[in-house]
Amino acid sequence: MRLGRISLTAFTWLVAILFVFPVIWMVLTSFKTEADAYTDPPKLFFTPTLEQFAGVFERGFLPYLANSGFVTLISTLAVLLLAIPASYALSISPVKGTSNVLGFFLSTKMLPIVAAIIPLYVISQNLQLLDNVWALIILYTAMNLPLAIWMMRSFFLEVPKEMIEAARVDGAKLPTLLYRVVLPVVAPGIAATALICVIFSWTEFFYAVNLSAARAGTVPVFLSGFITSEGLYWAQLSAAALLASLPVMIIGWIAQNHLVRGLSMGAVK
Amino acid sequence: MAEVVYAGASRIYSGSTPVKAVDQLDLSIADGEFLVLVGPSGSGKSTALRMVAGLEDVDEGEIRIGDRAVTDLPPKDRDIAMVFQSYALYPHMSVAENMGFALKLRGMSKEKVRAKVDEAAAMLDLTKYLDRKPKALSGGQRQRVAMGRAIVREPSVFLMDEPLSNLDAKLRVETRANIAALQRRLSTTTIYVTHDQVEAMTMGDRVAVLKDGLLQQCASPRELYDRPANTFVAGFIGSPAMNLAKLPLSEAGVTLGGFTVPLDRDVLARAGELSEVVVGVRPESLRLVGDGEDGFDLVVELVEELGADAYVHGNAGEGQRIVVRVDGRTPPRLGEKVRVGLRELGELHVFDPQSTKSIAQSSQPQ
Ligand SMILES: Nc1ncnc2c1ncn2[C@@H]1O[C@H](COP(=O)(O)OP(=O)(O)OP(=O)(O)O)[C@@H](O)[C@H]1O
Ligand SMILES: [Mg+2]
Repeated sequence: MRLGRISLTAFTWLVAILFVFPVIWMVLTSFKTEADAYTDPPKLFFTPTLEQFAGVFERGFLPYLANSGFVTLISTLAVLLLAIPASYALSISPVKGTSNVLGFFLSTKMLPIVAAIIPLYVISQNLQLLDNVWALIILYTAMNLPLAIWMMRSFFLEVPKEMIEAARVDGAKLPTLLYRVVLPVVAPGIAATALICVIFSWTEFFYAVNLSAARAGTVPVFLSGFITSEGLYWAQLSAAALLASLPVMIIGWIAQNHLVRGLSMGAVK
Repeated sequence: MAEVVYAGASRIYSGSTPVKAVDQLDLSIADGEFLVLVGPSGSGKSTALRMVAGLEDVDEGEIRIGDRAVTDLPPKDRDIAMVFQSYALYPHMSVAENMGFALKLRGMSKEKVRAKVDEAAAMLDLTKYLDRKPKALSGGQRQRVAMGRAIVREPSVFLMDEPLSNLDAKLRVETRANIAALQRRLSTTTIYVTHDQVEAMTMGDRVAVLKDGLLQQCASPRELYDRPANTFVAGFIGSPAMNLAKLPLSEAGVTLGGFTVPLDRDVLARAGELSEVVVGVRPESLRLVGDGEDGFDLVVELVEELGADAYVHGNAGEGQRIVVRVDGRTPPRLGEKVRVGLRELGELHVFDPQSTKSIAQSSQPQ
């Protein structure tokens, strides 16, 4: 019994370290000089330096960061704006075709994006949206919308029907009902959905690398720049990767409580 | 203040086999009356109530509140307030906000809302809790907030769907009395759904009994108990239920286990050609008698002791189960054979076995 618990704890630690190790390695490497980063065996003790971070900004990191921020913010807002009414309708006042509509939303996620990239490229070109942040905003919104609707629908389904009826009897019209009664109750779920949209948009690479370049490039595109040009710069790449993941980590940390509550709220029925 | 009228109102749930949850209900509830809707689970009580609220479509007929036909009006335009079984409080609002929400939506000024909420809170003993969120309240307090939310609106009709079913037994008794007193004080027309016998008998001016969406009888509690219109009402109202037995009928009366009870001449006349009738007798109308006296034999199978009284369940032969109320101090033993007689002849109810309707009382409506 006791032995079992100890070995379980040890196993948990092992798995946790296995998962966190690459991240720790990335953090360590980002504070090394390129020379330290290349030693074999790897150095655990070294004089930390910030020169890699300076190097990242010298390479023009900021415009990419701005693009990522803008695209993520606008597409997430657009997703919320569309998904909230959609999931409300699909959960609280369902009609005959509701399940078909839900299936249709999901089906849009079934096509591998590689299969759609050439038409998307041509369309973007014709609309003069190549290397334009708005192309990414539209695509990310479309990409996250089905998932967001499915997620939020599960949260809306948790809202007690009688509470909505009570509000209707109390005299609430649809907008009041939605914004003053239903939304406050599902707020944690909405926060969770928004966070997932932020993460997906922030880390999206395939559309970004194919449809944008220097002007509209996002952080993942910037990171890939390290690999293709003059060889590999491990330390600087690590510094850039750390900078790229920081915003998501911070938002995730702030939203942690909401996220856990939100996710379990939908899951536990 | 207003009367409520169901005029042939039906609610039909469409589907592969359409369900008539409420079937051509004709019922009017007078201004200021407290009407209790009872019936077994699934009999359409909630549906009937929700039709008045506007939360359920009316597929046939009409609903009127006061002199307005409200059949097609949304809930907010009906001037009703509803108390839900789950209370359905707004979890993100304080008690005061919960109670004042409807008034605020009407555009009433903040001070006036506050005044009304304070007044209702004082009435319900909620003043201390006005700033709390519902999750920080006990079940009984939540129930009172739900009541308060209905009261502050000063509606013309209160609708309550099993508002006490989530309370423990003691609190339920207390709250039952409070609601009845409050309703009398405000004299607001009230429709109250319950499946609790005691609530039905003690709270309502009148009780309407539903079964499968059909109104069985609507009368005062006393009338319902003393003169049930059919075997369903007879068996449903009263606990333990009335004993019902199909017995052969002759000129002399009805016979059970060699015991013949004479019937009134006009009851016999109304029974006409029937060779059998359903006879009902309440457990308290029976008594244990001495060996030589008129009565039938009963083999005791179960004794429920309730303190003052005891209920003796037994078999009267031919599989006929009978319940008798006896003195709690000297109940018979299990397996014992006792003799059971009637307290008074007039306490027999006689029903037509085909239509199940009462034939014992000529004064019965329907
Ligand atoms: N949405 C629905 N679709 C189809 N049938 C329904 C629907 N809602 C209720 N019913 C049916 O209508 C009938 C009446 O339901 P209702 O909820 O009014 O019963 P009730 O008397 O309130 O029962 P309870 O005491 O269990 O609350 C039931 O047979 C039920 O199955
Ligand atoms: Mg019900």
